[in-house]
Amino acid sequence: MLLTVKSLVVDRGDRRIIDDLSFSLRAGETLTLLGPNGVGKTTLIRALAGFLAHQSGEILLEGPGLDEEKPVGESCHYVGHANGMKSSLTVIENLSFWSHYFGSERRLGKETNTCDDENTQPFEQSLRVALEQFDLFELADIPAGYLSAGQKRRLGLARLLVSKRPLWLLDEPTVSLDQASVMLLGEAVKAHVAGGGLVVAATHIPLGLENTRELLLASRSVVA
Amino acid sequence: MNTQSITQKLANPTRFMSLSGAILPWLSVLAALVLTYGLYLSFFESPPDYQQGETVRIMFIHVPSAWLATMVYALIAISSFGLLVFRHPLADVSAKAAAPLGAAFTFLALVTGSMWGKPMWGTYWVWDARLTSVLILFFLYLGLIALRSSFEDETLAAKLTAILALVGVAILPVIKFSVEWWNTLHQPSTGLTSSVHLDIRIPLLVMALAFTLMFFAMHLKAMRNEIMRRRIKAMQRARVDRVGASSVASAESSS
Amino acid sequence: MSAFWTLLKRDLLLAMREGSAVGTALGFYLIVVALLPLGLGPDLNLLSRIAPGILWIALLLAALLSLGRLFEADDEDGSLEVMALGEMPLEIVAVAKALAHWLSTGIPLVLAAPVLAILLNLDINAYGVLVLSLLIGTPAISFLGLIGAALTLRAKKGGLLLALLVLPLYVPTLIFGISAINAALSGFGGFYASLMILGAISMGAVVLGPIASAAALRFQMQ
Repeated sequence: MLLTVKSLVVDRGDRRIIDDLSFSLRAGETLTLLGPNGVGKTTLIRALAGFLAHQSGEILLEGPGLDEEKPVGESCHYVGHANGMKSSLTVIENLSFWSHYFGSERRLGKETNTCDDENTQPFEQSLRVALEQFDLFELADIPAGYLSAGQKRRLGLARLLVSKRPLWLLDEPTVSLDQASVMLLGEAVKAHVAGGGLVVAATHIPLGLENTRELLLASRSVVA
Repeated sequence: MNTQSITQKLANPTRFMSLSGAILPWLSVLAALVLTYGLYLSFFESPPDYQQGETVRIMFIHVPSAWLATMVYALIAISSFGLLVFRHPLADVSAKAAAPLGAAFTFLALVTGSMWGKPMWGTYWVWDARLTSVLILFFLYLGLIALRSSFEDETLAAKLTAILALVGVAILPVIKFSVEWWNTLHQPSTGLTSSVHLDIRIPLLVMALAFTLMFFAMHLKAMRNEIMRRRIKAMQRARVDRVGASSVASAESSS
Repeated sequence: MSAFWTLLKRDLLLAMREGSAVGTALGFYLIVVALLPLGLGPDLNLLSRIAPGILWIALLLAALLSLGRLFEADDEDGSLEVMALGEMPLEIVAVAKALAHWLSTGIPLVLAAPVLAILLNLDINAYGVLVLSLLIGTPAISFLGLIGAALTLRAKKGGLLLALLVLPLYVPTLIFGISAINAALSGFGGFYASLMILGAISMGAVVLGPIASAAALRFQMQ
């Protein structure tokens, strides 16, 4: 599994946000995006997910079991500032919806045995794992609208575990999480990476990971 | 097209500006001459109609306006296609500049149509199939203008308006068909579509040509204005960035 | 296809739980139909003559007003972006959402129409064609409205703009829907032609709506 970004250029309106950015990320690696606000961390993540068109350059995700024709976006989970959960559905209904919505995904393929096992497990099993990992088991049948901001965020993050996708794109995933929840997220990321996954995260709070690389985005130079 | 650099994008409008700057005076003079000739023909050369009398002369404004109403919408649709498919940098400028002009000619067609209707039908408005179609076309123009003005992000507004224009072009024939069907059910033919006498056909053609030339002169001018407006905006943006950068730099040097 | 059914089921479940959208649309339909006789006077002959038009136009407006929220809720809570990353193309997402709107709002409005027809003294012989024309025509309302909902998703002035954009597109549906009922009222038959054309318009809308709205959604998510 290899994520390659080659001389990426992204404009927003008339402005060039990302100018000639190149990096690559191998399976089992985490990339943390650093830099002041407005420097283009969100833009980079949204460009990787395919929401933003890039003016030039390439974004490639290669690996066994991956169809290169498919857009990168279909191989990744994206967690942005919103959680993508319905307040009138319960925690379990929300997760179950996303699990079935992404249901047919068989992405990590034959890379490791553990992933194969997880792929064949029924939906209920992956839901249980997601609930336990983010400490939501007690809240499973509560409508998501009743949850606190931190609990909602954990629910949004639990979506990462209900279906298998190799690349996680996390934009400020620790917003409104307490210390203990940040640890839970750290564990989930660690497990994902250990299973051969890739993570790109923009975060101010370290997730307590080894084997993480950092990318410092600098403010774009202004020619006077 | 994705790999087109910003300089390439600028080059094209620049060439357009010099070319259109050269053409525009000639086109304007030509349009004015043809229009004068057309008006002369319409008011002095052509005989009054034996049925409609002098009111037939309204047709010399009404028919060219109605013709432009549809032609300009087609032009907007083609420009929209150019924007969405080929991402031509001038396509949106063309679509944006054409919409208010098209709406104005459509409105003119509606007003002259009802002015013609008063002596003919005894009332300013009759739900004639053609007038009704033109009225709905006017609504489509209003939609294009309103949609564009409801987004601050101009590139986004351009793309969404282009989608709407193409949807409109797909549905317009159906609207026209349904309005004609509806009209035959409810109303006998009103005579607005009656055959045109040869004596008024020539001034009509000259006027149609004059209106078309006039539209293209106005369209070219509006496109030039739009390009200049965008350049000014880009320059102002650049100045904001420059001021921002220098204030950061001075803050860093002082600390 | 499982993603399609999942989404459809979820939207129907949400419509049922949140319920207010259907209720508001029905209430709006009722009040518009009830207001018109108050404005026109209680002349039953006049009312029964214009009943097909009133029933169609009021239903159109009621359905239109409920369309505004079609993508808004999913956009606000981030669901739309997550859906865009699924393997199912956005066009099919749009189909599922329009279908859910038709089932959850269109059908209840259609079922309310014959009840409201009583208020307008519609000829009893036209009831069958009334319901039939509405059933065949309302998919066009949902699927063409989809375009307006997608175009105005992040616009500054949503609701009124949506009406301005979409109402002209409804003209053919309206004309053939009403002409079918009038044909049935005239007693000469001949409403089949109108119903066939109405069906063709709806089918065209089912194709055009999702394509245009998916394009509009992609641009707005950028």
